Amino acid sequence: MRYLPLTDTDRSDMLDTIGAPDIDALFADVPEAARLSGPIEGLPMHASEMSVEKHMRRLSKKNLAASDAAFFLGAGAYKHHIPASVDHIIQRGEFLTAYTPYQPEIAQGTLQMLFEFQTQVARLYGCAVANASMYDGSTACWEAVAMAGRVARGKKRKVVLSGALHPHYAEVVRTMAKFTDDEIAGAPPSLTARPDDDGLIARIDGDTSCVVVQYPDILGRLPDLAKIAEAAHDKGALLIAVNTEPVALGAIASPGELGADIVVGEGQSIGVGLQFGGPYLGLFAVRDEKHVRMMPGRLCGETVDAGGKRGFVLTLSTREQHIRREKATSNICTNSGLCALAFNVHMTLLGEKGLRRLAMENHRLACFAADRLAKVPGVKLLNDAFFNEFTLLLDGDARSIVRELTQQDILAGVSLARLFPGHDALSNGLLVAVTETTTEEDVETLASALEEVLA
Amino acid sequence: MNAPNASGWKPGTPVEGHNAMSGPDTATGNRALMLEEPLLFEIGHAETTGVDLPEPQAGANRLGGFDRKDPIGLPGLSEPETVRHYTRLSRQNYAIDLGLFPLGSCTMKHNPRLNEKVARMPGFADVHPLQPVDTVRGALEVINELAHWLIELTGMQGVAMSPKAGAHGELCGILCIRAALEARGDAREVILVPESAHGTNPATAAFAGYRVEDIPANSDGRVDLEALKARLGPDVAGVMITNPNTCGLFERDMKAISDAVHEAGGFVYCDGANFNAIVGKVRPGDLGVDAMHINLHKTFSTPHGGGGPGSGPVVLSEALCPYGPLPFTARTRDGVVHLVEEENAAEFDHTKAFGRMTAFHGQMGMFTRALAYILSHGADGLKQVSEDAVLNANYILRSLEDVLDAPFGHSGPCMHEALFSDKGFADDVSTLDLAKALIDEGYHPMTMYFPLVVHGAMLVEPTETESKAALDQFILALRSVAERAIAGDETLKAAPYYAPRQRLDETQAARKPVLAWNDANLT
Repeated sequence: MRYLPLTDTDRSDMLDTIGAPDIDALFADVPEAARLSGPIEGLPMHASEMSVEKHMRRLSKKNLAASDAAFFLGAGAYKHHIPASVDHIIQRGEFLTAYTPYQPEIAQGTLQMLFEFQTQVARLYGCAVANASMYDGSTACWEAVAMAGRVARGKKRKVVLSGALHPHYAEVVRTMAKFTDDEIAGAPPSLTARPDDDGLIARIDGDTSCVVVQYPDILGRLPDLAKIAEAAHDKGALLIAVNTEPVALGAIASPGELGADIVVGEGQSIGVGLQFGGPYLGLFAVRDEKHVRMMPGRLCGETVDAGGKRGFVLTLSTREQHIRREKATSNICTNSGLCALAFNVHMTLLGEKGLRRLAMENHRLACFAADRLAKVPGVKLLNDAFFNEFTLLLDGDARSIVRELTQQDILAGVSLARLFPGHDALSNGLLVAVTETTTEEDVETLASALEEVLA
Repeated sequence: MNAPNASGWKPGTPVEGHNAMSGPDTATGNRALMLEEPLLFEIGHAETTGVDLPEPQAGANRLGGFDRKDPIGLPGLSEPETVRHYTRLSRQNYAIDLGLFPLGSCTMKHNPRLNEKVARMPGFADVHPLQPVDTVRGALEVINELAHWLIELTGMQGVAMSPKAGAHGELCGILCIRAALEARGDAREVILVPESAHGTNPATAAFAGYRVEDIPANSDGRVDLEALKARLGPDVAGVMITNPNTCGLFERDMKAISDAVHEAGGFVYCDGANFNAIVGKVRPGDLGVDAMHINLHKTFSTPHGGGGPGSGPVVLSEALCPYGPLPFTARTRDGVVHLVEEENAAEFDHTKAFGRMTAFHGQMGMFTRALAYILSHGADGLKQVSEDAVLNANYILRSLEDVLDAPFGHSGPCMHEALFSDKGFADDVSTLDLAKALIDEGYHPMTMYFPLVVHGAMLVEPTETESKAALDQFILALRSVAERAIAGDETLKAAPYYAPRQRLDETQAARKPVLAWNDANLT
C-alpha cells in the first residue's frame, strides 16, 4: 500500500522489540467477540492511484460544473474568479499539512496569516475585532445568536429574525434554539420591492436579546441597518448583521459603521470555491472591543518572544472548550484555517483598489442583467435596490423553469420555492446572481431562453 | 540501537578539524534561509492590486443610497509580492510534510496528494450547492458512497453527513439523543463524561442544554464500570465516551457500559476522534454505540490546514436514525441517489429530523478527499492502517518506557498513541520544557498536559504513515531530551533555541489583547 512505509520485516522486528508474538496481541484489549478476523465483507479491496482517480473522475463528470454553464446561482454561495496563486499558496505543505498553531514558536506562518485575516475581516465589517473563523456563515449566525444570549445574561430569551434572512440560516438558528429554550420570532418573507424594516422594528420588544438581519437580504434587497440598529438599541437589544456576499462590502457601507453590534457572514466569495456547499468560511466580528471575551472561536493576538521579537499566539483561550470545558463560550474546536488563508491571500491580491473594482464590476453587470431580463415579456424585477443579486417575478413556476433550462446548460438562478418550500406565494420568484464571471452573452442566453419558455 | 541511520552519520556534525562558527548579527534580521517577514499592513498599499479588473465606469447605481464612502483600509500586493509574502510565512511553520508530527489524539498522518487533485476536479470544486438535483448526481453519489463506507466500517444504521467538524458532529449526535428522548416524553438532564475526555465533550453537552457530570476512572485508566452503573438512573440522558480513550487504551468494558446505559434508558455517544486505531478491526456498532462522529481529517487523512476545515459525519444506531438532521442522501431501489431536504422528507419517511446543522450539505471538499483515501486503501488496507498505527505506537511505548514513565504501560499494550508522564523529571523541569526542546530536535511536540488525569501528560501518536527509520530517529530525540529532563538540564528552560521564535509571552497577549493591526503603529 503506497501510503504505508512499514515493510513486513520492519513489522516483525518491531513486534520483537515490543515483545508481542503477533499483531493481534496488541489488540488483546478488544473483546474477542467484537474483533473482526478479516477485512469487512462486501467492501472493495485497495486500489491504485490511477484507478481511484478514474473512478472519481467518472463521478465528477456526472455533475454540471458552473463554468460549463450560463450560471446565475447565489443565495449564500457565489461564483467568483479565484486567482491561480491562491490555490498555489494554500497547497504549500507548510500550510496545508500544519496543525492548529498551539506551538507558536514553529507556527508563526499560520499565526501571522490569522492576524492579517482577522484585521482584514474586522475592517471589511467595520468592526473592532474579528475571530480566526467559524465553520460557515450559517453556524456563525447561530453562534452570534448564542453570544447575544450571553451578553443579555440569559435574561432575554427572544430572538427576532428578519423574514428575509437566508432560510437555511434561520433553520439552523431554530434548530439550535429548540435545545436552548430561546424563543425565535420569525416571519414569512414578503415579496416587496423594499424590505419591511418597520415591520421588523415593530417586533422588537424589551425581552428581545437580538435582532438578526441579512444585508443584502436573501432577495438581494438592502435593509436600512442604521434605522434597525437604533430601534434595537432603544430596546436594549443587539443587532446581528448577516452578510453572505463579502464582495458587496466593497461597494456598500459596512454593517459595523451602520451600528450592527455583531457582524457575521459567509466568506466563501473571497478565495474559496463553490465546492457544493463546503468547506466554507464563517466570519465573525464584534463592533465593540468590550464584547471580545464573549466571542466564540479562536483568536490570534500579537505579543513578543523571550528575545523581544514580535510574534503571534492564540489567545484569550480561557473562553474555549479545551480550557473551560462545559463553561466555554462554544464547543467549537476546529475552525476553517485553510479557507481563512485562501481569503487572506485573495484579499491581499485584491487590496482596497481591487475589491472596490471587483464590487463595482459585479454591480455594473448585475444592473445590466436586471435591465435586460426585466425586458423579457412575463418577467418583472422585484428590487428597488440590489448589489449583485436580485429577485425576478416570472409569469410561471420558477422552479420548473430552472429545471427546464438546465437542458440548455443554463443554471438560471435559485427559485424561491427551493429556498422556501411550502410557501406557494413565492413560487414565481427567481433569485438571480451576477458576478464578474458572468458575461453579457450569458445574460443574453438566459434572456432568450426565458423569452422562449415564457412565451 | 536507534541510530538515526545505518552509518551513524548525523546531519550538521562538523567534519573533524573544521570549527562550526556562530555568525554576527545581520542588518536585515534574516539569517540566510530563515527569513523574517513583515505584516501585510506594513508592506502593502491601498493602491496596489494583484488582480486585473476594469476601472469602474460611470453608470447605473442601484445601491439604494447605501454606498460605502470611507476607505476600508485593505492594503494590496502585486502577485509576485503576494507569492513571496506567503511563501516566506509558510517557512515558519512545522508540518507533516516536514517530519513526524506526534500530536496525540490529533492524528497527523500523511495527506495523499491524489486527494487534493480529486477535490479540485471541476465536477466537485465548481458546483453550487443549490443547483437542480439532476445536475449534481455525481456529487450526491460521492456523498452516498462515502456514507455507505462509513456505515459499513462502523456497523451502524445510518449517517448524518452535514456536520462541519468533530465538535459539530458531537453536537449533532447529542441533539439526536435529545430528540429521541423528547419523542418518548422523557426529559433527562444529565450527560456523563469521563474526566479524560476532550474538552469538546462537556462543552457540547452543555451547549445542548445538559448538565455535565464526571464518570470516574479506575487505576487502569479506563471507565470504572461499577461506579458508572451506580450513577445511572432516570435523569441520565446518556454517556459520552471516547474509545479508544484519550489515554490511548481500548475500553475493554465498552459493551457492558453500553448495555448498562441502555438498560437505564439512556444512549451511548462515542467520541470517534480515535477511530483510526480500530478502523477495519472493530465496529463500534457491535459495541452498542448509538452515535459517533468521525473526524475525516483524522481517520481519513483530509488535511488539517493549520486548524481546519474539518468534517464530522455522525453514524447513528437504528434508535437514533429517525432523528438525524437534514439534508442527507438516500439511494432508492432503482439505484438513483436522492437529496432529502425539508420538502421531501416525508417521501423518505424522515419527518422526525431534529432540524438542520448547517446551510448546505456538509464538507463536500472533504468527502471527495476522504472517499479517495478510503478507495485507495480498501477494506484490506484500512485494516492494515489501524494495525500499523497501533504497532508504531507500541514500538514507541516500549522503546522509551525505560526512560519515561508510562503510567498505564503495565496494563498491556496501548492502541494508536503512547501516554507518558513527567514522573522522574528533575523538580524544576516540566513537560513544557521537554516539548520545547523537542522543537530544537526538529519535531513538533507531542500533545501535552492532556489527558488531564495524568500529571504532566505527554501523548505521542506517530500514525501509520511513519517508517521505522523515522520512528527510530524520533525515539533517539525523545530519549535524549527525556534524559536531559531527568538530569535537570537548565538549558531546557529556554528552549527552543533554533526555531523562528523563542518562547512567546502568552500572558501579555491575554492581558492586553492586540487582535488586529492598528495603522497608528506605522511610523
